[in-house]
Amino acid sequence: MPQSLEALKETPSQTGGPYVHIGLAPNFASITGVFPADLGTHLVNDKTRGERIAIEGHVFDGTGEPLRDCIVELWQADADGLYPSPSEMRGAADPNFAGWGRCPADQQTGLFRFDTIRPGRVPAPGGGLQAPHITLWIVARGINLGLNTRIYFADDAAANTADPVLNRIEQTSRRATLLAHRREGSTIYDFDIRLQGPDETVFFDI
Amino acid sequence: MSVESSNRAPETGAFMGRDRLWHPPALTPRYKTSILRSPQRAPISFSNTLSEVTGPVFGHALLGDLDNDLILNFSKSGEAALGPRIIVHGRVLDERRRPVPGVLIEFWQANAAGRYRHKKDGYLAPLDPNFGGCGRAISAEDGGYSFRTIKPGPYPWPNGTNDWRPSHIHFSIFGSGFAQRLITQMYFEGDPLIPHDPILGGIADRRAIEQLIAPLDMANTIPMDATAYKFDIVLRGRRSTLFENRLEGN
Repeated sequence: MPQSLEALKETPSQTGGPYVHIGLAPNFASITGVFPADLGTHLVNDKTRGERIAIEGHVFDGTGEPLRDCIVELWQADADGLYPSPSEMRGAADPNFAGWGRCPADQQTGLFRFDTIRPGRVPAPGGGLQAPHITLWIVARGINLGLNTRIYFADDAAANTADPVLNRIEQTSRRATLLAHRREGSTIYDFDIRLQGPDETVFFDI
Repeated sequence: MSVESSNRAPETGAFMGRDRLWHPPALTPRYKTSILRSPQRAPISFSNTLSEVTGPVFGHALLGDLDNDLILNFSKSGEAALGPRIIVHGRVLDERRRPVPGVLIEFWQANAAGRYRHKKDGYLAPLDPNFGGCGRAISAEDGGYSFRTIKPGPYPWPNGTNDWRPSHIHFSIFGSGFAQRLITQMYFEGDPLIPHDPILGGIADRRAIEQLIAPLDMANTIPMDATAYKFDIVLRGRRSTLFENRLEGN
């Protein structure tokens, strides 16, 4: 036998279950007095640079019913395309931008919403720039491994056409599942996620 | 959100691919809710970009004194939560056996009777007025973490006609990159409900199931106070950057 590589296996994922709010958003679940506030509820403040937008959407199951018990997390670059992370080596991101957000879906309607800014462009491996995008991670009862997807902006058509990740999607019609559409006369972008069906959202194995 | 200064070199490498056969698949029919919530098309792979290798950091200033003490952190009177007192501890490592320091770990669980403090939980077992069921910690330089709690009880759930969850604690873990984001559950050595669980049973490989079972750890037990269970968590590893092209912009 050759020497062992001594690699470990990643801890297997398990569903967040129906009570995921107790751990990730306890104040939302009416467990007050343990943590002063739920994490991830504010991405921006008055001093944050960039164009203010909101993302609103639902996560739909295979029958078209919205998930009322899911939690969506968001990760995105600041207005200059910099991530507020120690792994960001190109410079310091806007100190008034969190970059990360967390939103439990409304327990009646399933609506999630993030008040944020339009992200700047982030380099692509091998050169060039990716189109502006936001990473989402979705967990819920019945989801065994958190789902990764991306939001792109429908009004960035030229950048989207050249985006290396969108171009990895062989069926070009499926790319539309990752486009958020600006609501007429508003700063809100609509972005619904479909777990199944003919318009199933593209999820990523990243 | 503050990014704490550290002597550690920043982690910038791309992640090794996720072994999706080690995880439960999206569709595990014995766990019925997965049937309508499982994507049916193959997830699409692409080379990591900065969006995957970066991730948020939570400073130690976030933590309150009782954040890792579920026995006391919900109690208004200072009276302890009911149930077998336990210590849960372990290390956060990556697939290359390196410690992963400075990551936020959140945990939540049922009380000793198997009841969650959640409006959706209708189990007839009682709530404990002194138990909320949530806590959090940040891994130390060696990846270590610990918290004090009570052992959660098993409980029935509406899936099949008579399904019971083994005692378990839910964990949510961040890494240094957002692609490491993980939610899992810790189970207890010797729990006779483990082989019957439709959720744990969604994992195909027996060794992967065993990776989620914490052994009793007598060496870390506190005499006359609490037993201890060890639960190490492994996050995805980054590929070696020894001779690798740097990501554009790094």
